[in-house]
Amino acid sequence: MTDFGFSIDSSKAITIEDQDNHLLEMLHEIEPDIYICMACGSCTASCPAGVFVEMNLRKVLLSLQRGMEKETLKQLKSCMLCGKCNIVCPRGINTRNLILSICKTYNVQ
Amino acid sequence: MKERFLSGYDNFVLPFLFGMIFILVYCIIGMTRIIIQLPPRDRKKFAISLFKPKNALKNIIDIFADCLLHLKIWKRKPLLGYMHSSIAFGWFMLIIIGHIETWFYAPHRTGLLYYPVFFRYFMEVESYSLRGSFFFFLMDFFLLIVLSGISLAIFKRFRSNVLGMRRTTKLTLFDHIALYSLWAIFPLRLISEGFTAGISGGSFLTIPINWIFANFMSKPENFEYSWWGYSLALGVFLTFLPFTRYMHIPAEILLIPLKNAGIKVRRSRKGMALAQLYSCSSCGLCIDACPMGIQKKNLQYTTVYLTRFLKRRNKKKSREISNKCLMCGKCAEICPVGVAACDLRLAYRSEAKYNISQNYTYLDNNPFSLQEKENKVSDGKVIYYAGCMSSLTPIISKSVIKLLDKAGVEYSQLDKEGGICCGRPLMLTGKLNEAKEIIEKNTKVISESGASILLVSCPICYRIFKENYYLKGIKVLHYTEYFEKLAKEEKITFKMGDGKYVYHDPCDLGRGCKIYEAPRSALSRICTLVPAEKEKKESICCGGSLGSLTLSYDDRSHITQHSINNLMINSPEKIITACPLCLKTFARYSSIDVKDFAEVLSDNIS
Repeated sequence: MTDFGFSIDSSKAITIEDQDNHLLEMLHEIEPDIYICMACGSCTASCPAGVFVEMNLRKVLLSLQRGMEKETLKQLKSCMLCGKCNIVCPRGINTRNLILSICKTYNVQ
Repeated sequence: MKERFLSGYDNFVLPFLFGMIFILVYCIIGMTRIIIQLPPRDRKKFAISLFKPKNALKNIIDIFADCLLHLKIWKRKPLLGYMHSSIAFGWFMLIIIGHIETWFYAPHRTGLLYYPVFFRYFMEVESYSLRGSFFFFLMDFFLLIVLSGISLAIFKRFRSNVLGMRRTTKLTLFDHIALYSLWAIFPLRLISEGFTAGISGGSFLTIPINWIFANFMSKPENFEYSWWGYSLALGVFLTFLPFTRYMHIPAEILLIPLKNAGIKVRRSRKGMALAQLYSCSSCGLCIDACPMGIQKKNLQYTTVYLTRFLKRRNKKKSREISNKCLMCGKCAEICPVGVAACDLRLAYRSEAKYNISQNYTYLDNNPFSLQEKENKVSDGKVIYYAGCMSSLTPIISKSVIKLLDKAGVEYSQLDKEGGICCGRPLMLTGKLNEAKEIIEKNTKVISESGASILLVSCPICYRIFKENYYLKGIKVLHYTEYFEKLAKEEKITFKMGDGKYVYHDPCDLGRGCKIYEAPRSALSRICTLVPAEKEKKESICCGGSLGSLTLSYDDRSHITQHSINNLMINSPEKIITACPLCLKTFARYSSIDVKDFAEVLSDNIS
């Protein structure tokens, strides 16, 4: 094959039918706020853990909704629950409890 | 005086006797259980404290002041204080005098539980002596005091506002049963003693009643029924007591020595926590105090209901209540029995199970690596820890640095380029072990810096540094204390302005660390301080507290508004606070300027 100097990633399409959503629904029941996040990233920008490791709440929330939680959930292990994201959130999401609820509902191997 | 019956017994004493034996056995078992449940280290500490003369004396004084005289309630609401102490102290005196009478006049009956209680039934007066009349008078006098307390209590059921309580607790069924039997005990005692006053003697209360009964109302033979009624009321009260709020009467006697021994709540329903739960008298003073009470729907989350549901092992409700609380500590501060509500909630939170748990090994490699060299300061110097929240309010750290520069203090800022959290927010979620991990990491960095003063500008950090860190040779100071100290030493001088400001006590600084005066005296150097409606230990949480896990944004805004209204009572020009979180929260809703303590100080350097 000719080397063009770049490559194309494999497809990132998500098949909703294949997705197991029951954990997300459970989470939604305790934390109705998960769907009002507008992914502005303020939480990530203010995060003190983010200075040292990758900790991106915006990404975690998006990946949960896309059924791709395996890739990002372990980020929550670094969270210091300081609540700064809670203060800066323009949508008034209770992010601190959201993180705790995710830690209760989901599991990482 | 002589005995009327050779046997010294009548069937009517049975209900009382049953209740009394039941409650005694219950209390002994309960007390043993609580002491067994204490961790061995605490148990040892408790045992040692009982034998220290100074501590033992304090125990006795506290038991008298809190269980009988209720001085704490007197100080807050005198009428409520009178109501409680008249019933408690009056009843106590009736029991004591009953026993003394038995010792005097029927010494061979002293072992009988019921004899002093029904003394007037079993004894007959032959001739009035001065000593006898004195006892008769005392008994009637204390009965009158108890009756006045009971009538106040009945009045309070319907119009609690008059006695200084806006809201009262919703009682359970058992509470109602015990309450009505308690109300019945003393009027029934009055009637029964009135009936027998002709035979056994009486004083200013019982003799007129005896006269009325004898002349107008009833056949004297009926008096047996009234004694039965009196004994039944006592029996019902004592039998239901362990399942009602009145359990606080015996439980508090155990709680006070435990508290004086310095024992902390470790688990939500064991040992010390159990003593606290049973000591809650469901009086409902915490309902009016709770900042969440501004919305009626949130009244269910107050401490009195937490203790109730914890006692009942209702997990769902206990979790809901303990997660909702702002942990401002006001209920614990004003609680007449001293239920450590925040500790109970924290213990409950710490028992929650998480699938994903945090670990902070990543902090081993590179915390503060950016400024590691800068962190080293020479001995005796200041290290400033701004904390996470202060990085959202950069004006605070800027002002602090300006003031430090002005005072010519040698300092270094620990978390200039982003630091680790102090661990208190983590602790407040109940993750105590994870918080310990962070505490260790911070301790290492701070101890290695070589400073002798750790300066913090956030009350949340300040509290955990004071309570949970062990920093050898390093003094932890909040910036309000430190700048007041610098001002006193005249290292910085300020110019007096003509501003009229109000100071808000942050919960963790005021109730948490008992710092009320330092910020006030520092601020009085630059402006006129006007008081808020409720301040110092009664100050109202700003609503932004990290203590609450589940309180919604909307509910918080109500609390903030309420807190602002409380500060605005004397129409100040600015609100001053000494906490970045309060600053952020107030600024969102306040119609006047909200400024940080350091900011106003640095604006007024002369």
